[in-house]
Amino acid sequence: MIRIQEEDFDVGNEYNLLRKNSQSPGAIVTFTGLVRDLDKGEKITGMTLEHYPGMTEHSLAAILSESKQRWKLDQTIIIHRIGKLLPDDQIVFVGVTSAHREEAFLACRFIMDYLKTRAQFWKKETTDSGEHWVEAKKSDSQSADQWKNKS
Amino acid sequence: MSITILYFARVKEALDTDKESFDLDENTSTVEHLVAQLSQRGNIWQSTLAEKNILVAVNQTVANFATKLNDGDEIAFYPPVTGG
Repeated sequence: MIRIQEEDFDVGNEYNLLRKNSQSPGAIVTFTGLVRDLDKGEKITGMTLEHYPGMTEHSLAAILSESKQRWKLDQTIIIHRIGKLLPDDQIVFVGVTSAHREEAFLACRFIMDYLKTRAQFWKKETTDSGEHWVEAKKSDSQSADQWKNKS
Repeated sequence: MSITILYFARVKEALDTDKESFDLDENTSTVEHLVAQLSQRGNIWQSTLAEKNILVAVNQTVANFATKLNDGDEIAFYPPVTGG
């Protein structure tokens, strides 16, 4: 499941849904990303998230589909917020259920690594010195590249 | 032949444009040709579209400068993604 939304989400509700919808889950792994309050030592006062309606959903669906080809998974969900956010706000949620923990852990990490580098979202930070677009990080590309030759 | 061009994030702000219709002539058959035509609009267009890390999608699929264009296509230019 993929949801791109302005509203906040409730991790407890999402966890319960994952649990309820899975056939025989032995493991549920979830990841929640929050807006940081510091970037390179500068205090962040706000953030705006932009996306490419249509293409972003396709990209996320492709990531979930690839995760299901790599591992035996039951439920998968990505929630990503857009619009205006504040420090400490929840920004992204990934949930994966599987019969075994190993697959659930790997798939959750894979989905986040690919989301960071392949899904059309752009962050703009507001700091005391003004607004600026966040630059893509090399470390994120390297994290995603690690999966190329791994199963 | 008419296409739609979308611009996102830093690219959108630099060009002060989020969306436009563009008439393709017979000499504009690839993304590269399109970029060459758009670049004639002025320095900011030329320099923004010439940035090394700029990305392009055609019909919501990642493309490149060699990708062919057809009537009704949706082209998007955007910087590297930073979600998550």
